[in-house]
Parts: sequence; C-alpha cells; structure tokens
Amino acid sequence: MERIPILRMGEFLLVTIQVDMHDQLALKLQDDLSHAIQKNATQGVLIDISTLEMVDSFIGRMVADISGIGRILGAETVLVGMQPAVAITLVELGLALPGVATALNVERGMALLRRKIDGAESNADSTTG
Amino acid sequence: MPTAPQGESPLRSEHDIVLARQTVRKLTQELGFSLVDQTKMVTAASELARNAYTHGRGGTLCWQIVERDARRGLKLRFADEGPGIPNMDLALTDGWTSGNGLGMGLSGARRLVNDFEIDSKVGAGTRVTITRWK
Repeated sequence: MERIPILRMGEFLLVTIQVDMHDQLALKLQDDLSHAIQKNATQGVLIDISTLEMVDSFIGRMVADISGIGRILGAETVLVGMQPAVAITLVELGLALPGVATALNVERGMALLRRKIDGAESNADSTTG
Repeated sequence: MPTAPQGESPLRSEHDIVLARQTVRKLTQELGFSLVDQTKMVTAASELARNAYTHGRGGTLCWQIVERDARRGLKLRFADEGPGIPNMDLALTDGWTSGNGLGMGLSGARRLVNDFEIDSKVGAGTRVTITRWK
C-alpha cells in the first residue's frame, strides 16, 4: 500500500511530503506518524511540505490534527517549508493554522524544536525542583 | 495554447479529486496565471471537487476557457446529483460543517475566485460554478 515515509533523524522524526496526496493517504500518514511518535518516544516531529504546491482544508486539518495528537503524546510538531503562494492561499481560504508551529526550512525547524523541547524540560525541572 | 477550450472529468473517487487538481493546475499554467492565482484556483477546485465527491455522492467537473473584454479566464462547474443543500446561507458560513471537516470548503473556495455561483435543489443535487480571470 502506498504511504509517506517517516524517517528518524537523530532525536526527531522527519516526514517529507512529496506527492499530491489523496485524502486516504493523508489519513494514513496521520495514523503512521502517531504510532511512530509512540514507538520511538519522539519529542519532535518535522513535516516538510516544501514541494507541496497546494494545501487545502483537508490537508490543513490533517496537519493541525497531527500537531494536536503529537502534543498529547509528548511530541512537538513543526511544519516547515511552506511555499509563499500556498501560505497566501491558505490564509485567504480561512485557515491560518492556529496552534501549528511553522518554520521557513528544515534547519530552522530543528532549531525551533530544540528550543521548544529544552524550554519544556527546564520548565518541568523548575516545577519539580 | 490549451489543447481544447473545454472538457470534463468525473469526480467519482478520491483519486479523481487529485486528477481534478492536476487538470486545473495545467489549465491555469497554459492561461499564464501567476503562481499565486494558479494556487488559489487549484485549491478552490480541490475543495469543490471533494464536496461533490463526499457530500454529493460523486459528480462531474466541467471546465471551459472563457473570454470577456479581451481577458481570458477559467470557468469550472462542479455538478453532483447528491442530496442538495437545504440551507444555503448556513452552508456558506465560515466554520459551518455538515460532516467532520472544518467547514471552510464552500465559503473558503468562494473567497479564492472572482465569480462564484451556486445552485442547489434538495433531492436533486448541487452545481457550483467558479471563474477566475487572468
């Protein structure tokens, strides 16, 4: 069965969406990624959409859901590489993706994940100690 | 130049939604739309194709290259024979959904195009016609 690969990159998971996804494929990715977060005890997920030429409300919802599911499972998600034309269209469509962290590219996304995870850990330390 | 001024394709499966997006991308490229305008039209088409497939139990996409006052544009008509929309004002409201979506499909698609017409009869189906001019 067709599926989007999920790669382990050090402490993080990286998903690069390179195909024009039909809806079931997007839902399958959501499912696969949730299991991968749990199995690897991952704290950070990067979703690279730099080659996606379109994000509609269905894909937007899938990304927002992954971010929410990940948070419940203890992982932060950062969406990286959105093309300007896609961003302009998404906002006009009415989807500003609140609650979804974004970064310009994979490098900046990784830096953001590190800050988020370090910040969460130091907060946890200060509350327990 | 486009190979033909008009055509149609079915909206009977999820794969057809992907094909509809690709057809609209190709047509807007052939018409010389800017990248942002291409993306808006493709995204609107994706929302309406999905509506026809999921809410309208499948349908058809008809496309046509149109001309007005020396401007060219792309006109798309999404027709289904589904249950129709009983309350149009509600259906066009941001955030209202009959299913489990975000409710941005119809209202969002309307914002992405220049002309938007919707005609729906309960029990007979829904037709949405959109045009974007270059």
